[in-house]
This record gives sequence, structure tokens and C-alpha cells, in this order.
Amino acid sequence: MIAVSKNGGVRGPTAASVARRDAWLRRLPLLPAFVYVILVTQIPFALTVYYSFFSWNLLKDNSFKFAGLENYARLLTDESIRIAVWNTVLLTIAVIAISVVLGLAVASLLNSEVFGKGFMRTLMIAPFLIMPTAGALIWKDTLLNPLFGLLPYLLAPFGLGRVDWVNQYPMVSVVTVEVWRWTPFMMLIILAGLQSQNPEVLEAARVDGATAFQAFRRITLPLVRPFIELGALLGSLFVVQTFDSIFMLTHGGPGEDTTNIPFLLYLVAFQGFNIGQASAIGVVAVILTTIIATVALRTLFSIFQVEARR
Amino acid sequence: MSANAIRANPTGGFPASKVLWTIVGWLVVLVFFFPVLWMWLEAFKTEPQAASSPPTIFFVPTLLEFQEVMSGDFPPFFINSAIASLGSTLLVLVLGLPAAYALAIRPVKRTQDVLFFFISTRFLPFAASLVPLYLLARDLHLLDNIFALTLIYTTINLPLGVWLLRSFLLEIPHDLFEAARVDGASFLTELVRIVVPLIAPGIAATSLICLIFSWNEFFYAVNFTSSTAATAPVFLVGFISGRGLFYAKLAAAATLASLPVLLAGWVAQKQLIRGLTMGAVK
Repeated sequence: MIAVSKNGGVRGPTAASVARRDAWLRRLPLLPAFVYVILVTQIPFALTVYYSFFSWNLLKDNSFKFAGLENYARLLTDESIRIAVWNTVLLTIAVIAISVVLGLAVASLLNSEVFGKGFMRTLMIAPFLIMPTAGALIWKDTLLNPLFGLLPYLLAPFGLGRVDWVNQYPMVSVVTVEVWRWTPFMMLIILAGLQSQNPEVLEAARVDGATAFQAFRRITLPLVRPFIELGALLGSLFVVQTFDSIFMLTHGGPGEDTTNIPFLLYLVAFQGFNIGQASAIGVVAVILTTIIATVALRTLFSIFQVEARR
Repeated sequence: MSANAIRANPTGGFPASKVLWTIVGWLVVLVFFFPVLWMWLEAFKTEPQAASSPPTIFFVPTLLEFQEVMSGDFPPFFINSAIASLGSTLLVLVLGLPAAYALAIRPVKRTQDVLFFFISTRFLPFAASLVPLYLLARDLHLLDNIFALTLIYTTINLPLGVWLLRSFLLEIPHDLFEAARVDGASFLTELVRIVVPLIAPGIAATSLICLIFSWNEFFYAVNFTSSTAATAPVFLVGFISGRGLFYAKLAAAATLASLPVLLAGWVAQKQLIRGLTMGAVK
């Protein structure tokens, strides 16, 4: 850097201008990706905010007119919005809580002395890799179907033989399928945490007379806590966007029983073609997600900083 | 790692408890794996066997439904999925590698802010930009166009790509780049001859994650395509109606549609963990 500046001083351009050129050259490789991301995410978002102040239905000609805060006012009064927000919160909390607990249990099993660990992990991650639309259909038509499904057949001795799960317990069905999909994700992350543990610490605790449960609660759990947090936060950013399994299993129904924010957006934007209202939903969704994402990213950055300190 | 696992045994290590925990473990794993196994079994049945009550457990496997699916209208959907996934993954690498390089090796002022900005766009809900992108695609006659879908998938994966590639680049000793620069290597030479070979595992992990997300993506696929550009998940929508019983065919199609990502994920499990945790877990 200094050498370049000195040369620059002799040849003509000032040191400052060379330094500026140098700074731009350093930034240049960043530019294509940066410009692309701004073009495809930031400008459309600005337009979304703009449209949210207009009343506009694509199915009606010349319906584009300024509406002020009307779309937002409707968000506050409309029953279906409230239901969708509630369903989104319920689905996200249920799926994340259950899959973290199950994921922790399975990860602990896979971290203990069992036969066929590698193969068990391989089978275990399959639900996460299966195409979500395919997984949801398999659950709906071949496992939960009241006439030909395997589950009603297996549950018949318990008096649950003719339960139409998807229609009678729609939210339970959606949560089940999503838990099935996200438990492997949690398991993978928590298992990585467990494997980073120094086994000698546990051994020392056992020598000092700690029971397995005590050792788990006092030593293992605090150690894997950042991994659980990471899994839960990353997972919830994906689960709030759940669309595939709802589309396939219940189509948001019966009624609005399983309509979450993404599915409502789909209904308003692509079934009703109500652009203004869909945009207002979009703005609210961004605000809600930003809150979770900020917490998630902070956790992520702090984990990286811990890594860097090691 | 295995030494860790063996000694971290919470049960004390008696053979009897080892057998017990093995049985418990396998039961749990089989419960989770069962829907996948059942999908495979159904796919090898005939339609009457797949829709029988009680369910058929013993049967002579047949490839009939796979042939039916492959000779029917499924292949174009599969090819569209391949174009969108591979195309967007390639674009992510082409755009993301220089950016990750700049962020990792030649940090400028506000690097942290730029990084934060990139990754925050990954978690922008699709609601944020959906309507304007749809209107733009409509006005440019790019609805039902596989290249428009490819560009959208690039947007979804680019932030994660930049972040992941950077985390791999940070592990390369800085001296290597210094040495290359002293030798007078240009930026592109440096990138292709030094960076790419050094972070081959990172490129593999990034590609895997991009492939998984774009191959399985459904929301944009179902709303931005209808027939010519429709991808594999959209093909499965045809089975929703439930009119007529096509469970064996559905299972065969679901098996084929899931196969590429399932195999890729199984082969590269280590990269999968690193990618899913955005590089935080090594």
C-alpha cells in the first residue's frame, strides 16, 4: 500500500486518489453479488411497501388507486388475518419445541454407545432430505388416509381406526408432518454439539459421584445450549414460512384452521389477485421475521466469535 | 470422534445397557424412517395392492408404476427441476465466490455490515418481494419460464452461498494469497488456480445446500409456473385431488422426485451439517 502511494506521488495522481482506486478494486469482486441482491430483494421490497398503500386488484381493470392506510386497517380488523397470525405462531412454536426435544433425545442416543451409529444417522436424516411436497402427500394418502392408510389400520385396536386425521385434527396432522421433517435437522445440529464435548469432563463428574442425569443437566446441557439455540432459531425462520405441507395436506382448511401467513398470502395474492392487501401482509410478515432473524443472527455471530477466540 | 462417543456413554457402558439403548435407538430411528420406507414399498406395488385394506405387507415387487411415471408426463418436470437447481447453483458460485473472497481475504471497512446485509436477505420472507417479482415476470412474459425460476432460486441461495464460502475461505492461511500476489497473479488467476482448489470441500458443501433448497422449492414453482416450466414438486400437485386411487403411482413419482437430493445428502453428510448450520458447526 505504502509503496503504491509513493509511486503514485511521483507519477502524477495524488496518493489519495490511488488509495481510493485501490479501495474500489478491493470492493470490485463484491459488486456483482451485491448489485444482484439489491435488484432482486431490496427494490421489490420497496415496491411492496409502495403497493401496500394502494387498492389494486389485478382482476379489475383500472382499479389501481391510492388507499392510504386502508390495507393496514383491514389487517387489524380482518378475522382471517388474526387467525393466520395465530396459526403461524402456534405451528412454529409447536414444531420447534417438539422437534428440539425429540432431536435432543435422538442425538443423545446416537452419541451413546450403540451399534450401527453411522447407519442410524443416515436413515434418520432422510425425512429432512425428502421433497416436502412428496413427504406430505405420502403422509396424507398412504399413512393417514382413513380408508387405506396404515396408521388408522394399526390404531384400530385402540378404537382410533376410523379417525380422519387430516380433516378432524388438521393442525395436529400438519405439526406431525413438520416435526417429522425438522427433528432430523435439530438432531444433526445438537449431535455436532454433543460430539464437541470433552468426554473426560463427564468421566470426572462420574468419578465425583454425579448420576448420569445430573451430569447431563449440569455439564452436557449447558455445553450444547448454543447448538440448541442455533437449531431452534434457524429452524423457526424456516418453519414460519411453512407452505408446502399445508398446501398438500389441508390446503389451509378445513375452513381457515390451518391457514398460516404464507398460505394466506398465497390466497390473497394468487387466488384473489388483491395486490394491495397482499403487499400489506408482506410488509407485516417482514417486520415479524426481522424480529426473529435479528435474534437468530446475533446468536450466530456470537457462536462465530466464540470459535474465533479458541 | 468415536472415542468421544464411546466414553460419553451416559449409561455406564455395561453390555446389557448397550443392547437396550441400541434397541431403543433403532426403534426411534425406524419410526422416523418408516414413512420413507413405506413410500418405497408402495412404489413397488400394483395399484390394487397399494390401496387395499388391510394394507398389503407381502407382495411381489413390480416396476410397473415406475415405468408408468417415466413414460408419462413426468420427465419434463424432472428436467426443469434439474435446469433450475443446477443453473442457480452455478450462478450462486459464479457470483458468490468473488464476493466471499472480497469479504474474507480483502476486508474493507464495514465488512461486517455487508455480511449482515447479505445474510439478512436470506431470511426475508418471500412475502417481501413476491408481488413485485410476480408483476415484473408477468409484464416481461417470464411467467412459466424456467430461467426466471432459476434467477429466483439464485436470489434465495446467494446469501447463504456467500456466507458459507466466506467461512471456508477464512480457514485458508493468509500467506498463500500473499505469495500468489507477489508472484504477480491476477485476481482471476488467483481465484481459479488457488482459491477454487483450496476450498473444494466448501464449494461442495455450498452446492449441496443450494441444490437441496432449489430442488425442493415449491412456493415460487407453483405460483410462477404452470406447464412448460413446472418442476417436480408441481408435478406432485396433480395427485392431491384424491379422485381415483393412484397411490402406487404417487409413491413412485414421489420416490423419483426425492431421489437426487436424498442421495446427495446421504453421500455428503458432513457437508450437509456444515451447510445447514451456515458454517457454525464444523
